[in-house]
Amino acid sequence: MKSWLRTDTPWIWLNAAAVSVSLLLVSGLLLLIAIQGLGHFWPKSVAEMSYLDEKGQVRMIIGEIAGTNQQGAFIAGSADAGDETAESVSFQYLIKSGNRDVNGFDFHWVSANRIERWHYPDQVMVIERKEWGNYYGFIESINEQGRVIATNLEAWPVLWTKLDETSKRIKKIQQIESHAIRKISQQLEQLKLRKKRLLMENSTQPDELSLLEAEITRHEGQYQRYLDELEQLYPLIKQYTVVARDANEQRQIIPLANIVRIYQPNRLNGSDKIRIYGARLTEFLTGDPREANSEGGIFPALFGTVMMVIVMSLVVAPLGVVAAIYLQEYAKQGFVTQLIRIAVHNLAGVPSVVFGVFGLGFFVTLLGGEMDRLFYPEAYPVPVFATPGLLWASLTMAMLTLPVVIVSTEEGLLRVPRSIREGSLALGATQAETLWRTVLPLVSPAMLTGLILAVARAAGEVAPLMLVGVVKLAPALPVDGSFPFVHLERKFMHLGFHIYDVGFQSAHIEAARPLVYATALLLVLVIICLNLTAVCIRNYLRKKYQAMEE
Amino acid sequence: MSEKQFSRPAFFASRIKTCGGWYGLWRMTKDALLRYCVHAGGYGVMLMIALMFFYLVAMVMPLFVGSSIKQVGGYPVPDSAAGKTLLLGMEEKNKLGVRYTDKGRIIFFETETGRSVKTASIPLPENVTITGISREGGDQSLVAFGLSDGKALLVQPHYALTFEHDQGVIIPSINFPFGQEPIKLDESGESLSRLAVASEEGQATLAVMTASGRLVLTRLAAISSPLWASGFKIVRKEFTLPLGPIEHVLLDKAGRTVYWVEASGVLNWVKVDPAFEVLSQGRQDLVGPGRKLSSVTLLNGHLSILAGDDAGSVSQWAWVLGGLDQSVLQKLRTFNVSAQAVTSIESEQRRKGFIALDVTGKAALFYSTSERKLLEYRLSENKIRMMALAPRATALLSESEDGRLTLWRLTNNHPEVSLKALWQKISYESYAKPDYVWQSSSSGNDFEPKYSLTPLVYGTLKAAFYALLFAVPLALASAVYTAYFMAPAMRKIVKPGIEIMEALPTVILGFLAGLWLAPFIEAHLFGIIFTLWVTPISVLLAAYGWQYAPSSWRHSLPDGWEAAFLMPLIMLVVWLCLSFGGPMEAEFFDGGIKDWLSQQWGIEYDQRNAMVVGIAMGFAVIPGIFSIAEDAIFNVPRHLTIGSLALGATRWQTMTRVVLLTASPGIFSAVIVGFGRAVGETMIVLMATGNTPMMDFSIFQGMRTLSATIAIEMPESETGSTHSRLLFLAALLLFMFTFVVNTLSEWIRQRLRRSYSAL
Repeated sequence: MKSWLRTDTPWIWLNAAAVSVSLLLVSGLLLLIAIQGLGHFWPKSVAEMSYLDEKGQVRMIIGEIAGTNQQGAFIAGSADAGDETAESVSFQYLIKSGNRDVNGFDFHWVSANRIERWHYPDQVMVIERKEWGNYYGFIESINEQGRVIATNLEAWPVLWTKLDETSKRIKKIQQIESHAIRKISQQLEQLKLRKKRLLMENSTQPDELSLLEAEITRHEGQYQRYLDELEQLYPLIKQYTVVARDANEQRQIIPLANIVRIYQPNRLNGSDKIRIYGARLTEFLTGDPREANSEGGIFPALFGTVMMVIVMSLVVAPLGVVAAIYLQEYAKQGFVTQLIRIAVHNLAGVPSVVFGVFGLGFFVTLLGGEMDRLFYPEAYPVPVFATPGLLWASLTMAMLTLPVVIVSTEEGLLRVPRSIREGSLALGATQAETLWRTVLPLVSPAMLTGLILAVARAAGEVAPLMLVGVVKLAPALPVDGSFPFVHLERKFMHLGFHIYDVGFQSAHIEAARPLVYATALLLVLVIICLNLTAVCIRNYLRKKYQAMEE
Repeated sequence: MSEKQFSRPAFFASRIKTCGGWYGLWRMTKDALLRYCVHAGGYGVMLMIALMFFYLVAMVMPLFVGSSIKQVGGYPVPDSAAGKTLLLGMEEKNKLGVRYTDKGRIIFFETETGRSVKTASIPLPENVTITGISREGGDQSLVAFGLSDGKALLVQPHYALTFEHDQGVIIPSINFPFGQEPIKLDESGESLSRLAVASEEGQATLAVMTASGRLVLTRLAAISSPLWASGFKIVRKEFTLPLGPIEHVLLDKAGRTVYWVEASGVLNWVKVDPAFEVLSQGRQDLVGPGRKLSSVTLLNGHLSILAGDDAGSVSQWAWVLGGLDQSVLQKLRTFNVSAQAVTSIESEQRRKGFIALDVTGKAALFYSTSERKLLEYRLSENKIRMMALAPRATALLSESEDGRLTLWRLTNNHPEVSLKALWQKISYESYAKPDYVWQSSSSGNDFEPKYSLTPLVYGTLKAAFYALLFAVPLALASAVYTAYFMAPAMRKIVKPGIEIMEALPTVILGFLAGLWLAPFIEAHLFGIIFTLWVTPISVLLAAYGWQYAPSSWRHSLPDGWEAAFLMPLIMLVVWLCLSFGGPMEAEFFDGGIKDWLSQQWGIEYDQRNAMVVGIAMGFAVIPGIFSIAEDAIFNVPRHLTIGSLALGATRWQTMTRVVLLTASPGIFSAVIVGFGRAVGETMIVLMATGNTPMMDFSIFQGMRTLSATIAIEMPESETGSTHSRLLFLAALLLFMFTFVVNTLSEWIRQRLRRSYSAL
């Protein structure tokens, strides 16, 4: 053994172990996110159990098993773990029992040795609600304006039809609220600003002003009509309710309008479960967030991320490519190019939060303030561009990702054989033509690689965005149907910030955690796909150039 | 004039000819245009980077710019017939000044011109004169007149802003919150020679010194409404004083501590409860032997006393936490005005600054926390009788002995910052001993902002240190193996596999660290420490055992695939360690290693600590270090290694003595790039540390870094304030630090590349 330790085998093995550990860390991390994120949408069976509480009384609980804890160590953030720590507990179940409006919390620790009975009743149902999280219990009856119209088993078919009816009305209300009313109020806002501007400029055309005023009254009338319509619709969706009872026989009245989804988890067969899984996944990707972002979908965050990345690309791609062309094709290699290269290289290493600070100070306060003073004097003191928003976030990100595009394009230019340029010039083409017709087509995949890498970097970066335009809940998407359709001054939501916000600022962290995992998974998938694409393009390019040189 | 003139068409014709026709000219133009565009783009990028640096510098510079004073108005005292000035004041916008005279007149005047705007007078009874005056603090606060018949009258100036023709006009007025009738403070009706007033929540407290040397405390409490009301009740308490003439009486703003200063310079204080029962009292010599106290006042916040002496220095005495939770008066620092006696000291109303004046008319502006002397200026050749600082300390009004008022404009935006305040231990009010503190949130005007960057820099370096502690061994060992021992087929997968980690958003790493890893480590602390020891040992044992394995097994594992073989083994070991860790911890550490640590060693455990940050941030920097180090090792010229092996060295000897030595600059450069990345990382530290700025190197405690501080505090800091500029300074520090680190690493790598090609 001693002599063996002096050979080189143990060292090599230890180094090999380091590689294994690194690989295990990467794959473990991805696996953890994938399992936690994808598992969230699968409908779990719901158990009903009775257990003895610390006072020795029998209590009933209905819920999903969300986790276990072997040592009985106090887990921070759990709802009522405090009273269990007095005794040494060997094994605990974390039960997601929902009914936050009744119990005050969603989760419950129950120690295994206190459980008396445990079964999976067929009749138990889960109601995913728009407010207060999930409800676990049994259906009792369906009421119409407080009057029972169906009970127990007959309740289900009635429930489906009424649910359908209600959801159609809700859709109509949403249509009015989110499209018609929002559009009108935005137009009103703009009209009022125009009026203010006219007054400020002391316009000499009184008819223009009166026209504007007539327009404003017309819009206000339309606005009022929509409000009246809503007033008639609202009581209609409130008339049907479900009466349910929970494990401890407490009645609860839940309006159908408050229901997102209702199902009996223990009766579902495989295809039902897949259907629910798909529906939940779709809701996650295309729905709006609910309950302070801890439930519902992430569509606005996804959309905001994409918008930011697009606007950023429009800025960074030309700038980065031009800079790279300057460095490789036009500049005389010497002190200046060396200086620029060092600066670009260093820019890539500057902490992202510094870009955020710069963006906030330079773009938002300085540029935005100037723009507001010049173009939007009528909005004063409400800032239009002098406040964090999509445009400034995109510009900041463009600065952050500029080195990525430059370096990648430069690498591409460097690999284009000299002979190609010389051939083109020798045939009488100008430098611009050589560049445009021969070099750039060859380099375009490299530019694309740079852009993809830049997009991947920008999609995952959060720290600078926190300073220059991201919010936890944006009132409107940055693109909508009202002129000028793309609203660069608006604040937006972002996947990465969504993770930070829901994971660390949410009131119901335990309940929101699966959603954060799902969001994280989406972000990781997007970024890894982008990176893999870039790597593939780059490898393909290298092979192509090698072939060209031979 | 006609033939010789430069002819435009001819010129173009010649150009067209040389370019080969119109089309050729068009081509040339395009070529030139593109050239200009590309040049502009190239320089634009360079300019942008420079702009970023200079913008940060420009935002930070004002912090270190000194203060200035400028005279903007001078005029004879307005309405001088109304009596001698007892007290001067100014309102919020510095437009109006006010003069309280010994004849009971209150004259409001324009500060720039001296034009009198309004004169009010207080109802003085017959044969009664004003014997003293005191003001509580701000521009609209209570002013108490002490009268010769043992009574006092309280007035309150009020400024209302109205708009006339789009111009703001300030209308001054006088209120009598406790009635126009003087209130009897001394039962025996003695003249009130010195007095002090304080008010809080509708209560006013007065401390008066009667002519025969008795101290009377009086509280006036409004009864009917929360605001000033017509009805009020009076609580009175009398103290008999030690002998000696009394020079000054001071009262803190809650009316709970009374100070009086004897002519000898000895300060007496007594603390009372709301019912005026004495809680504690004491004496303190403020100036020391040989000197004479010449002026005394309270610093804003009323936790410090400023005492000026006849030798020209002002000392700050503050209540600090002594033993047994008792506050004691302690001398924090001394400021030097001049060599002459200090005649008056005026405290700022919103900050911890003050202005001191000596007998020759020389004024000096100070800031207490930063110990800065911001300005020195001779206000007048004559002696200054009186002065008043504007509420925002942006203007100063002074009245000289010869009856002239002067308005000065003060520019003093960031007095809180000095090199000492940023980097050294500072004595703060209420703190037991000098300390490094970052506490920027201001809860009110009385708050003393504590801007020490030291704990933040310390936290940044601590986080980076633990990250490197985790990342460097793993990354370098991986790089060595991947570059030198690994089978090429496996390397093709492993290298991009590890490098793709670099693209993982740090927000995800931070979220996992904060919400998954931190509780996991807390629950399995022993298991994890155990794993760290057991894993290498079990790897060695496995390797040792491997040589005794059947040869058919051994041949089925090709050279350079050890890492793949080890993966299931390590997974098994980790799983075993974690599952046996719990029972072993219960066995050896009385049930919990955390309790054991805190009882045996006094080590506190935070859930979000340096260990969590180290692992998560280590994770983020591993790919960077790995990638550069692997390149450096892989690119070591083959003939070196082949030569070494041919001379009989083993593979490991070749590795350590030849390859690592040659590649060492590259490896060093990899490590400092990792360091730079760890220093600037924001989201991981934001989410995985407690963000408490403390100076403790323990692995089980949290920290607060520069970057996290920027991310947390920047959105809520006011533009242009000292706080926001300090955050810009933090950003500039990060910027410059990473700039230096990256330039250094790039330079090393360039040299390495050259030396490789030379080999």
